[in-house]
Amino acid sequence: MSRPELQAPPEIYYGDSEAVKYTKNTRNQQIQADLTYRALELLNMPPDQSAFLLDIGCGSGLSGEILDEEGYVWAGVDIAPSMLEVALEREVEGDLFLQDIGQGLGFRPGSFDGAISISVLQWLLNAETSHHTSAPPHRLHRFFTTLHSALRNPSRAVFQFYPTSDDQIQLITSTAQKAGFGGGIVVDYPNSKKARKVYLCLFVGGGGGQQQV
Amino acid sequence: MVRLITHNLLACHVKGCTTNNFPLQFQDVQIELQEAEFNPDFVRNLLPRLEWGALVDAAKQVGDTSLPPEQPEMTDDDVLQKLHHVLLEIHITEGAMVCSNCKHIYPISNGIPNMLLSEHEIG
Ligand SMILES: [Zn+2]
Repeated sequence: MSRPELQAPPEIYYGDSEAVKYTKNTRNQQIQADLTYRALELLNMPPDQSAFLLDIGCGSGLSGEILDEEGYVWAGVDIAPSMLEVALEREVEGDLFLQDIGQGLGFRPGSFDGAISISVLQWLLNAETSHHTSAPPHRLHRFFTTLHSALRNPSRAVFQFYPTSDDQIQLITSTAQKAGFGGGIVVDYPNSKKARKVYLCLFVGGGGGQQQV
Repeated sequence: MVRLITHNLLACHVKGCTTNNFPLQFQDVQIELQEAEFNPDFVRNLLPRLEWGALVDAAKQVGDTSLPPEQPEMTDDDVLQKLHHVLLEIHITEGAMVCSNCKHIYPISNGIPNMLLSEHEIG
């Protein structure tokens, strides 16, 4: 099977049955949990702060449950209504929005203390329609510029994602830089084809926190 | 679910809609109250990000008049408690948010606002 983002747009791929299947799959749950904890580690929030976070592509709330447990208040955006329905049924605490991040975010400047995103960015690399505003570079640009503005200075945003080529990584990092972000790519287990995980760690201002990634 | 904490941070994001695009006006809303754990530090941290007047108005639109019209200089525990309730315990379940400037309607159904734009509204 090829990766889901190559088969259909997310709101189609994650239809009703796929959304429930994805969420109930214990292997998916475990992977998603591991990725979320690692993203939070890279986010490096000050321990004494009760922060307001944005979960980009929150899906059925698998990461959101962890944010709840960790004491964060959060809002989540996702383009797949079926996934959001499942999140509601699971009674996660975060505010949920049906939103296409490629259209840009509408949050006021400095709204969030940080953002995480698990397994979402690769979806932005596929054109949604033939319209020119739907081309991946346009969608990435709108997303990163509106995200940069929605984050506080200093703060961080951490994205785990599945690039299929170095060109894709290059497009994503250069677009993020143009939007004003610092930071870069962190690769975990670079030598294992199976365990290899790619994280885009973006900084607004100094990026907050003490330690550099 | 959408609460006033996110409503207060949300502006219209339709192409070219950059003035008078905040706050979005509630229309025909239904609400549900859900208790949340009180964390005074969280509310205090959030305070500088909020637009007080918009929050007071939005609270009124959903039937809560507990906040003073002007932001108090001292945020004592009583004010923080009231803010906590207004920001985190009132959930909008149905209705819509309407942009005062471009009149775009963001419908809220089953607690989830639909923020999707059509092709000509994308910046
Ligand atoms: Zn508008």
